[in-house]
Amino acid sequence: MKKTMYEKIWDSHLVVEVPGQAPLIYVDRHLMHEVTSPQAFEGLRVANRKVRNPHSILATMDHCVPTKDRHLPIADPIAKKQIETMADNCKSNGLNLYDMKSPNNGVIHVVVPEHGFVHPGMVVVCGDSHTATHGAFGALAFGIGTSEVEHVMATQTLPQQKSKTMLVQIDGELSKYASAKDIALAITGKIGTAGGTGHVIEYAGEAITKLSMEGRMTLCNMAIEAGARAGLVAPDQKTYDYLKGREFTPAGESWDKALAYWQGLVSDEGAQYDTIVTLNADEIEPQVTWGTSPEQVVSVSSVIPAPEDFEDEIKSEACANALNYMGLTANTKITDIVVDLIFIGSCTNGRIEDFRIAAEVTKGTKVAEGVTAIAVPGSYHVKEQAEQEGLDKIFIEAGWEWRDPGCSMCLAMNGDELTVGQRSASTSNRNFEGRQGKGGRTHLVSPAMAAAAAAAGHFVDIRNL
Amino acid sequence: MEPYKKHESIAALMKRSNVDTDQIIPKQFLKRVERTGFGKHLFHDWRFNDDGSDNADFELNKAEFAGAKILVVGDNFGCGSSREHAPWAIADYGFNTIISTSYADIFYNNCFKNSILPLKVDKQKLHGLMAEVAGNAGVRFVVDLENQQLITPAGNGFTFEIDAFRKNNLLQGLDDIGLSLLQSDKIAEYEAKHKQTYPWLWS
Repeated sequence: MKKTMYEKIWDSHLVVEVPGQAPLIYVDRHLMHEVTSPQAFEGLRVANRKVRNPHSILATMDHCVPTKDRHLPIADPIAKKQIETMADNCKSNGLNLYDMKSPNNGVIHVVVPEHGFVHPGMVVVCGDSHTATHGAFGALAFGIGTSEVEHVMATQTLPQQKSKTMLVQIDGELSKYASAKDIALAITGKIGTAGGTGHVIEYAGEAITKLSMEGRMTLCNMAIEAGARAGLVAPDQKTYDYLKGREFTPAGESWDKALAYWQGLVSDEGAQYDTIVTLNADEIEPQVTWGTSPEQVVSVSSVIPAPEDFEDEIKSEACANALNYMGLTANTKITDIVVDLIFIGSCTNGRIEDFRIAAEVTKGTKVAEGVTAIAVPGSYHVKEQAEQEGLDKIFIEAGWEWRDPGCSMCLAMNGDELTVGQRSASTSNRNFEGRQGKGGRTHLVSPAMAAAAAAAGHFVDIRNL
Repeated sequence: MEPYKKHESIAALMKRSNVDTDQIIPKQFLKRVERTGFGKHLFHDWRFNDDGSDNADFELNKAEFAGAKILVVGDNFGCGSSREHAPWAIADYGFNTIISTSYADIFYNNCFKNSILPLKVDKQKLHGLMAEVAGNAGVRFVVDLENQQLITPAGNGFTFEIDAFRKNNLLQGLDDIGLSLLQSDKIAEYEAKHKQTYPWLWS
């Protein structure tokens, strides 16, 4: 039988199928951060259970960490306790933790690939929905709840129902002004935030193979925004070149064996998918979200839709509510929207390539009057690399703040947040109400679009720069 | 986990779709290291005014929905993040049943770990239930998981589908982990084979 990549990974990880129960699948890698793990460790303690496989775990601190004045104690006592709890739990269970002071610290989904901790064909979980990121390497990676975090620690397995498969085929050539972020937003706009529910997405086509590893991570990261728990890209030479020589990547004879295995993972020609979606890369323009759901998105050359543009009653009502929350009027041009704050960072767009592109747009500009612009590298390694390339100077000279790594304004848990009514251009992944601060108004864009908005003080069509 | 028992309860209505986990439990409440005490923050940004008083316009603040255990809500409930704080808050507030057409996958799984029954119904049935609650606020529905029955006074009830494994776990309040640990031999067998096939993962 011809199999998709998902089916190959599933079959090779099936531990046992007990009649009347969900199939039990094996978990190779377990990623952790401070927010979704403490209750799982507590559960283990109460039940007197142990971590079955400590070497399968890599942990970091990212959600609550400050992105400036890191040398000072964390001011928020509840966040401080959560950070300390993470350190205690990792220490007492013998887990590898990149704490706030570690040179390896950063956002979990940025740090993990940097160290080659995820390989093609693995099953990877984390108490975090953006675990989908690691599908860029051809690994089945998905977010889980805290009870499941505890389950994986105790058993190294998870009871899972097999997902349906969706092929998102994107042929054609992406314009140099459009990026993986624009592809991700365009897909979400097309199929909706529930479009991929119950599915694992495999992204394929010319436009996908041409993406860098960073681009593929951005794309898979947002699979969850289209409702799919996981996204996958077939491993190829780019994947192998990226992995080679990293800390947890096999070397020598093991490398050859691993490579042969990885090469066999790609979907068989003629394998069947439950759902197929196609997009033409030539038609993907820079995207800007206008509402409070990632599916409420249009291209930068468009206008904001009106409730009556939607036939579906609930979508029409959602449009009216979103316009009200966002303080926007239907039919306004996207390029007429004035912004207050620019955020470049997050597990979606906090990698070196993102800062290179943003720096190219920023070079020689000044942040517009009244606008605050912050650049938050996804990890200390990204920060260091950017500084070696002089990117930090470009941002600082233009009036940007150059911060330490963390999730920061993506979900505003660490004190970096919008105030009521403030409007952002953000390279993060969610524009939900209050996501970046109560009453804050978020527009999701690519790094290039964010950098251009910083200089202009409003959205601009980067194709006209 | 508490076993899920047959009950007759007030059904509350939220006519909203794509309700995300950031709305169910905003991020400022995710810093606690306990599983308990999240109910008072459920739907915080919608439920309270800036001065901390109740927002009278918010659905769940209506007097007739006080004590409701059943939440009737629009499509794609629980989308967004994986935070289990969302079902913790829902359960702690007092709900043990949600009725919608669809749920985000991670949220759906998380419900079953917390004695919450997320019922999936088709659009037409949901509209019937929504109309019944809207026209008769405070109406009580009966949820009988064992017989897979939802019973309503106006006759909008039906037999619902649910995975037999999950149903059994809910009814008995079973600990999933204990169940998987019964397969320890199989897991060890798998690991031994795994070590041979993929030695680079174990070095």
